[in-house]
Amino acid sequence: MLGEGILKGLAQTAKNFAGSYVSEERLTTVQYPEERLPVAEASRVFPFLVFDGSEWLGGMRCVACQICEKECPPKCIYIEKSKDKKPDYVGKQQFYPVRFDIDISVCMSCQICVEVCPFEAIKMDTAFELATDDRFGGLLLDRQQLAKSNEYYHSIHPTEASEVDARLDEEKVKAEAKAKAAAPAAAAKPPAPAGGKD
Amino acid sequence: MAATFDQIFILFRNWLVHFLPPAWQPAAGALLGVIGIVAVFPGLFALTTLLERKGLGRMQNRYGPNRVGPFGLLQPVADGLKALTKEDVVPFNANGLMHLLAPLVMVVTVFMSFAVLPMGRHMELVDMDAGLLFFFAMGAATELSVFMAGWSSRNKYSILGAMRAVAQMISYEVPMLLSSVAVVMIAGSLSLPKVVAAQNHYTGIFPHWYVFTPWGFGAALMFAIAAIAETNRSPFDLPEGESEIIAGYHTEYSGFKFALFFLAEYLGMFALSGLGVTLFMGGWSAPFSFLTWIPSWIWFFAKVMLAICVFIWMRGTLPRLRQDQLMNFAWKFVLPYSLLVLLVTAFWRFLPPGWERWVVCTVILAVAYVVMGRAAFKLKRVGPRSYRYAE
Repeated sequence: MLGEGILKGLAQTAKNFAGSYVSEERLTTVQYPEERLPVAEASRVFPFLVFDGSEWLGGMRCVACQICEKECPPKCIYIEKSKDKKPDYVGKQQFYPVRFDIDISVCMSCQICVEVCPFEAIKMDTAFELATDDRFGGLLLDRQQLAKSNEYYHSIHPTEASEVDARLDEEKVKAEAKAKAAAPAAAAKPPAPAGGKD
Repeated sequence: MAATFDQIFILFRNWLVHFLPPAWQPAAGALLGVIGIVAVFPGLFALTTLLERKGLGRMQNRYGPNRVGPFGLLQPVADGLKALTKEDVVPFNANGLMHLLAPLVMVVTVFMSFAVLPMGRHMELVDMDAGLLFFFAMGAATELSVFMAGWSSRNKYSILGAMRAVAQMISYEVPMLLSSVAVVMIAGSLSLPKVVAAQNHYTGIFPHWYVFTPWGFGAALMFAIAAIAETNRSPFDLPEGESEIIAGYHTEYSGFKFALFFLAEYLGMFALSGLGVTLFMGGWSAPFSFLTWIPSWIWFFAKVMLAICVFIWMRGTLPRLRQDQLMNFAWKFVLPYSLLVLLVTAFWRFLPPGWERWVVCTVILAVAYVVMGRAAFKLKRVGPRSYRYAE
């Protein structure tokens, strides 16, 4: 009969209306600023720079190779390479960024910088409450604002960070073995050029 | 005491007016009535927007607004301030005067239709002999303002929305008038206070409201459908189909002009609910004879708010119709059924009182409802769509 479906629908909405006052679990709303859902581990917002140890500049993994700057589709990364060098995590002398800016008003969170980085130096952050009243300076993050510790990385993406650490340790062991293999050879061979000079 | 409360607004008005010289008293009394209407209904509108958002939220298992003030009660104030402080944008190619006049015409005509509604015993602003006619004349003016808004905006969405709105309102005005005519046939008067007086009797404790008679029930149903369509409410809110034509005729309106359209829409809802209540549900009369001590104006506003709640309930339940479905429904079902109701009302009027006329009228209307409902929607075959050219 005409209107049967309407009556069924009206009964359904009436049930919802009354039920929402009786059982709280019907209400799917999360009252955001007061209560919040846990952030999913795989979530990503904007990139940050990882540093090891306690000192942000000394432990920064970035070597200013500028691959991410070149790959960034919206071109939101700006890097200036240093003139001098500092040792990286295996002790090798590397350049470091004197300037590393990301304009998060331009960034589109594509994660391409993370994919291309050969040094595991740039990762995606999960912080999303980045509203600011200064839309130019406030959204242009410099290297100090971007630098986050490896512990922080572990706290937001535990699985991924452990994998990265394992990989880096492996490389470190390899590098050490190589150095060890190279050391006796260097010792056995007389430092000819040096000796020659003397 | 009860009689004093029943007439408290009238007594207050008379007391205020008696300070003036006698020659000014009628005009001052009318002015006070106008002030009352202009103050009460926008206030009710503010409350209704909140009620609607809360109610719809609960129907969708949400909380609804709960941030501004306790339980979100100050939300209408925040909305009003927002509307007032927004920039009033007029499109470059728009006809400025028409663009300004359209919302004003709409609000003014809707307010004027309140003049003939009896909101309580002796509480009508103008006791017009042809009050119903005046009401519909004012209601028809909203079509004018809608088209003014759509045409003057010079925007294709506005004009499409206005054309849809006008087509819809004219289509549904016919059954609405016809179902009101049924009441006029029985009550024998176009004056709304007289229509209420005709229903204000009781058998035992039950009232003689027209909605409790077979013809009255049918007419009330058709009136309700037509009223929902007339006020552009869901499921008949095609003039504002967001997915197709942005916001219809008020696409190009912002700030307080938009707020006026919004106000007019809700005022139209109140006016039509008030008319429906007056015609079919006994206006200000109490639902049981032992409740007559409660002031008549409380009953009127309680019934109007009940009707508004049904409007909101409908909106929370039904999806929007398509334009052809809307027109089919108006011309193939609502209009013929209203004509039949008119015929049955004539039977009721001329059959001798007794149980026979109840049976005859009920059977005719019920059978017609089932048969016409089947016939009107018989051709609708739901199935996979077939393509003639594309493959």
